[in-house]
Amino acid sequence: MQPKLGFTELLRFLWRQITSMRTALFLLLLLAIAAVPGSLVPQRSSDPNGVTQYFADHPDLAPVLDNLQAFDVYSSAWFSAIYLLLFISLIGCVIPRTKHHLIALRAAPPATPARLGRLAGFTTRQAPAGTDAGAAITAARAQLKSSGYRTALFDKNGTVSVSAERGYWRETGNLVFHSALVGILITVGFGGGFGFSGQRVLVEGQTFVNTLLAYDSFNPGRFFDDTTLDPYSLTLDEFTVDYEQQNLQAYGQPIDFTADVTVGSPGQADEAGQVKVNSPLRTGGTDIFLLGNGYAPTITVTNPEGDVVFTDSVPFLPQDANLTSLGVVKVPDGLAEQVGMVGFFYPTQDTAQSGAYFSSFPDLEYPMLTLNIYTGDLGLDDGVPTSVYSLNTDDMTQLTGGDTGVETLEFMPGDSAELPDGLGTVTFADNSPDSAANDFSKSVPRFASFDVHHDPTVYWVLSFAVLILLGLLTSLFVPRRRVWVKATAQSDGSVQLEYAGLARGDDPALEAAVTAIADRHVAGLPTGAAAVNPAKPAVSVPDQT
Amino acid sequence: MNLTDLSIYSLYSAMAVYSLAFIALAIDLARRSSAVDAAAQRDASETVAGSAAHSEASASAASAGGSTLTLTRLSSRLANDAAMPYRGAATLRVGLSLTVLAWALHAVATVTRGIDAERVPWANMYEFSLSGTLLIMTVFLVVLTRVDLRFLGTFVIGLVLVLLGISSLNYYVEVAPLPPALQSAWLVIHVFVASLATGFFAIGFALSAFQLLQFRRETLAAEGTTMRLRFLATLPSSTTLENLAYRVSIVGFILWTFTLIAGSIWAEQAWGRYWGWDTKEVWTFIIWVIYAGYIHARATRGWRGSRSAWLAIIGFAAVMFNFGIVNVFFTGLHSYSGL
Ligand code: HEM
Repeated sequence: MQPKLGFTELLRFLWRQITSMRTALFLLLLLAIAAVPGSLVPQRSSDPNGVTQYFADHPDLAPVLDNLQAFDVYSSAWFSAIYLLLFISLIGCVIPRTKHHLIALRAAPPATPARLGRLAGFTTRQAPAGTDAGAAITAARAQLKSSGYRTALFDKNGTVSVSAERGYWRETGNLVFHSALVGILITVGFGGGFGFSGQRVLVEGQTFVNTLLAYDSFNPGRFFDDTTLDPYSLTLDEFTVDYEQQNLQAYGQPIDFTADVTVGSPGQADEAGQVKVNSPLRTGGTDIFLLGNGYAPTITVTNPEGDVVFTDSVPFLPQDANLTSLGVVKVPDGLAEQVGMVGFFYPTQDTAQSGAYFSSFPDLEYPMLTLNIYTGDLGLDDGVPTSVYSLNTDDMTQLTGGDTGVETLEFMPGDSAELPDGLGTVTFADNSPDSAANDFSKSVPRFASFDVHHDPTVYWVLSFAVLILLGLLTSLFVPRRRVWVKATAQSDGSVQLEYAGLARGDDPALEAAVTAIADRHVAGLPTGAAAVNPAKPAVSVPDQT
Repeated sequence: MNLTDLSIYSLYSAMAVYSLAFIALAIDLARRSSAVDAAAQRDASETVAGSAAHSEASASAASAGGSTLTLTRLSSRLANDAAMPYRGAATLRVGLSLTVLAWALHAVATVTRGIDAERVPWANMYEFSLSGTLLIMTVFLVVLTRVDLRFLGTFVIGLVLVLLGISSLNYYVEVAPLPPALQSAWLVIHVFVASLATGFFAIGFALSAFQLLQFRRETLAAEGTTMRLRFLATLPSSTTLENLAYRVSIVGFILWTFTLIAGSIWAEQAWGRYWGWDTKEVWTFIIWVIYAGYIHARATRGWRGSRSAWLAIIGFAAVMFNFGIVNVFFTGLHSYSGL
């Protein structure tokens, strides 16, 4: 009859399996493999547009992958299961080892083995004549102690010896390393919940106040309380870009982005600040990062009576390195019909052989704005949130450009044009009307997009990361070793000294260390009249395999 | 001649001299093989119970023992636990001298590129390859001053030549200023340490590959057959190679851990989050986990020896994939290949 496993035995068996080294290895390798798909398929967390595109490109495959959580690999059930099991295994492994280590830290080194001959680095020396075995061992003990060994003396059948062990830091480092891994997982897992991140686009001259409603998008952590937002204000005074103009190989490549800002806090004087790539502005408990930039042409629409029905600097999204930019204007009220415009902005407009326009340089050398006009239903009243950067033309009629036979509206800064059907007038304002005729460098305002973050746990994560590194260094480079020195009085009255070591873990320098200990020990022993018997030099017996 | 040309000519000269070094070291391997043959014939003609076979048996007995004790003892006698000790011949010394010369030219090419660009020479694929391979060679030469690994020469130089060839043909770009995203002290630290780690992983990889070959030879020798790559008999035992591979790889692992942390700090500064599972981050993580697995494998019963060697090889393959494929073909925030 098969013996039946009781429930507790079963649990104990499972626990032993989960916390075994083999399982840890298996789970580690599984984790490495499981992380791969997330690099092959776009992820919602890092590349949401890529996911949308993937659905468009692979309409059959995408839903299947989506069911497997392939677009959310790193928060998927299966990925989480692997790392959670791994960390359960880790905790189950670290706790008993910590207990064990705490005991070892207080315990005396184990008794000296009866025969040292087969141990690492075994070597013998002849003590100087007149040396007392006990005194030699006391000296060895003092020497080992001063080198950081923990020692214990043993006396067995007239053979005195010292047993010494060092390198407890190795295990300490290993435990610190593994515990810090748990620390990182916990702070990353829960800590992220206490922060937020928000995005906001600001055109030069605009101000935003750090409140929930002022963000274009806002992602609070699970435990974030938005009443804790510090209501500072941030004004984008000027956005400057430097373009490479000397090196023809990199002509037009941006070499510097600088957002000059003013930060105002309630009850305090305004402060000037700067946000650059790689150099966020840290203020009001938040970090402000510069993520993107582009042009925001100022567009004004008036109705036939001359009343302004729309005026704004509209951020146009860059489409290429020379900042050909795409933007949308929506005029829901004030004209005979709802009007939508889709426009391209070319900071330095040029014409391809096909007649198509493109931008040949990212700075404002010869700016041009083109607009196509649509009328109909902008879809703003459907209650479905719509993006300010796209225009749904399903319920609209195109009036210019495309197949309409009507020319696309074109503007240089300061130009106006009539809308078709006598709807009204559009003006592309010149931001620097007083500059020289050919100087367009300030004619169109720029915008910057900022990411505002608050994460109270970064320094925790950093501290654990430092512990990981320190733990790793000690664990991999501090050698843990035992060393024994044994003194045996010979029948002729001389004293034979034996030395040997034992590595506990990888320890390439052990044998050299044992030899060095032996040399130093013998050299330090008080010598009698005849220091070393010349007929009997100190011998080193080579070890035998 | 301007700096740009100087850098390029130095690189081409370095590649030419590396090729000569490769040939000399390959000839050395052939000499080792014939030395092994000669010894075998001598043994046969003297009809003595082959001394090679004898030491073979003791070597395999030792590795079968497998205790920490035995391992430690073997590892301290690195140079002389080859089944058939081999004294370096002239070709070996010539090969090594050429390697050092090529390395110096390689260093000139890298440094002049940096002076030309007025910044560190590791900001695009071409430059990553240039300085990364220089670091692989530097690590190799530094390790050589402590342990005699000259037999790895063909392997390491071969790898470096292939990488340099691919990058100078496909990845060459003119000097360009740093884009704002790369203007950070972390570029200097993070990329340098990553390349240095790659240097150590590369040597660990080479050692692990030889470990596998050597293990195969030892297994065959125990059965009384010989292997075609006869020079292996002049190399350290597979256990010694394994210990060496481990020591080199853990240095790489620590540097890689630092790379990961430094990269996170940089990401926090540039993008406002320290970790976002960007493609490059994913692969850096995967490599880290593979090598953590490798280190564990060495402490796991049944995984020492060839299995752990395979992990080191897979780890290095992942490093190369991360560098050669992810940088060039994957999109993500880290699109700095400059291509
Ligand atoms: C999150 C997963 C883990 C990672 C990334 C990891 C990583 C590492 C690394 C890098 C080392 C070598 C450095 C050192 O000794 O401190 C190591 C060693 C070690 N780990 Fe882990 N580990 C993990 C989980 C575990 C688990 C679950 C166990 C227990 C089953 C474990 C047991 C050990 C042991 C015993 C060593 C010492 C090995 C030796 O002496 O060579 N680890 N681990």
